[in-house]
Amino acid sequence: MGKNKKRIVVTVIGKDEVGIVAKVATSLAESNVNLIDINQKILGDEIFAMTLLADRNNSSLSLNEITAGIKASVKNMSLEVTVQDSEVFQYMHRV
Amino acid sequence: MNFTNEEILETVGMIAEDKLDIRTVTLGLSLLDCSDPDPAACARKVREKILVKGANLSQEADFISDEYGLPIVNKRISLTPISLVVPVADAAAFVEVAGAVDKAAEEIGVDFVGGYTAMIQKGQTAIDRSMIAAMPEVLAETKRFCASVVLASTKAGINMDGCYTMSRVVKDTARRTADDDGIGCAKLVLFANPVEDNPFMAGAYYGAGESESEILVGVSGPGAVRRALEELGTDADLGEVAEAIKKTAFKITRAGELVGKKIAEQLGVSFGNLDLSLAPTPAEGDSVGQILETIGLAMPGAPGSTAALMLLNDAVKKGGLFASSSVGGLSGAFIPVSEDASMIRAAKAGAITIEKLEAMTSVCSVGLDMIAVPGSTSAETLAAIIADEMAIGCANTKTTAVRIIPAPGKEVGDFVYFGGLLGEAPVMAVSQVSADIFVKRGGRIPAPLQSLKN
Repeated sequence: MGKNKKRIVVTVIGKDEVGIVAKVATSLAESNVNLIDINQKILGDEIFAMTLLADRNNSSLSLNEITAGIKASVKNMSLEVTVQDSEVFQYMHRV
Repeated sequence: MNFTNEEILETVGMIAEDKLDIRTVTLGLSLLDCSDPDPAACARKVREKILVKGANLSQEADFISDEYGLPIVNKRISLTPISLVVPVADAAAFVEVAGAVDKAAEEIGVDFVGGYTAMIQKGQTAIDRSMIAAMPEVLAETKRFCASVVLASTKAGINMDGCYTMSRVVKDTARRTADDDGIGCAKLVLFANPVEDNPFMAGAYYGAGESESEILVGVSGPGAVRRALEELGTDADLGEVAEAIKKTAFKITRAGELVGKKIAEQLGVSFGNLDLSLAPTPAEGDSVGQILETIGLAMPGAPGSTAALMLLNDAVKKGGLFASSSVGGLSGAFIPVSEDASMIRAAKAGAITIEKLEAMTSVCSVGLDMIAVPGSTSAETLAAIIADEMAIGCANTKTTAVRIIPAPGKEVGDFVYFGGLLGEAPVMAVSQVSADIFVKRGGRIPAPLQSLKN
């Protein structure tokens, strides 16, 4: 706990349904994680893909707890949720 | 956003679909302060050091793995070569200390420990002899402790007595672990020109020139490279293929660099190096052989395999070197047979032979790796196979290795099953032409000339 708290990237991919963004955003708000940026599109006909950047500096929860919250909020939907510290993207995609 | 959707989805896809992972986080640990002529005291000191220094390794690795969403497959420890730590020429002392290492590793949740190691490229001490005498028993009785022996170097030449000794140790080890298809041999690597900061098993040990302790990270991602090449299509020329491999290697290396730095920070030790090696696992898609197939060979072993592998190995290094200032270890493409689904298929179909593999190892990391041969193969023939591989390393100033399993009671076409990361392999044919007199001459093959290289 309390280690390296900063920005996270949330990725949600799966079958499109009504209300995914709302559910994920609500879960983040409940975890006191502040949304910074969001990208969402439908690939092909029905594949939902969302990437979301958020600030977790004011959240008292660990990354695992934040992830569990999001997963619980969409648990009856066919979605894959990944939550990662944003540094991994910084390292892999920026020189 | 700082990153595009495509970039994020690429990384997520690399991990979820292409099995990009941190193959190992290895804690290098010096045991030079644990030396003691009393075996029980030596075993106690070694055990305590591992328990204290390695206590948080597994937990911190899991924490970092969760934070960054990057799977860490193994946590390992590499130790100062045990032949430098146990200062008595007594095989029983080595068995006792090795047992303590194995137990300590189990207690702290480490998958493998490397460092049951002797360096005899020029000759053996009495201590080396005892350590090697105990080796078959150690490999049969311990689960996690891996052994390696240095038999050759560019500066010393090839210790042919050592090759013959070790071929008999290999056979004895196979015999003692016959119930598991000779799995003890999967934990034994014979080296020419080894690196002393390699995080990969079974050949990891922590050289005498290293610091007290540091984090060594082995990163892998053959699936991600294959994906990049598939997206390139079959029209791209080989310059473009090399370029695509470099770009992917860069990204994979960066992921490893991040993880290595963070874990070192958490454990309060320095980040030693990053070993960028394309190391396959038996999982479908996580295969170096499949990269060769994607480059355009019907199966690994086809004519052109050596050339394609040279391209792959070189491009991986070029991409990785720009991505990290700490690239070290072996850093190349591994071509173990039993651990790679595509290599297993090629060996089964007869597309790849030991002789072709030997040629391929002259341009890649690391050597004749995880090859099962008939249990009836003579010690002389095994020694000659080992010597050939050592010669490639010596003459080319590179690391080469042999990890060979003369599977007890098995013949060509039979299968051996090891399970887990070690996989399974068809028993491959060995030349029946004798090298007995050559091997029995013994002595040392002089170090090769380093100029006039043609």
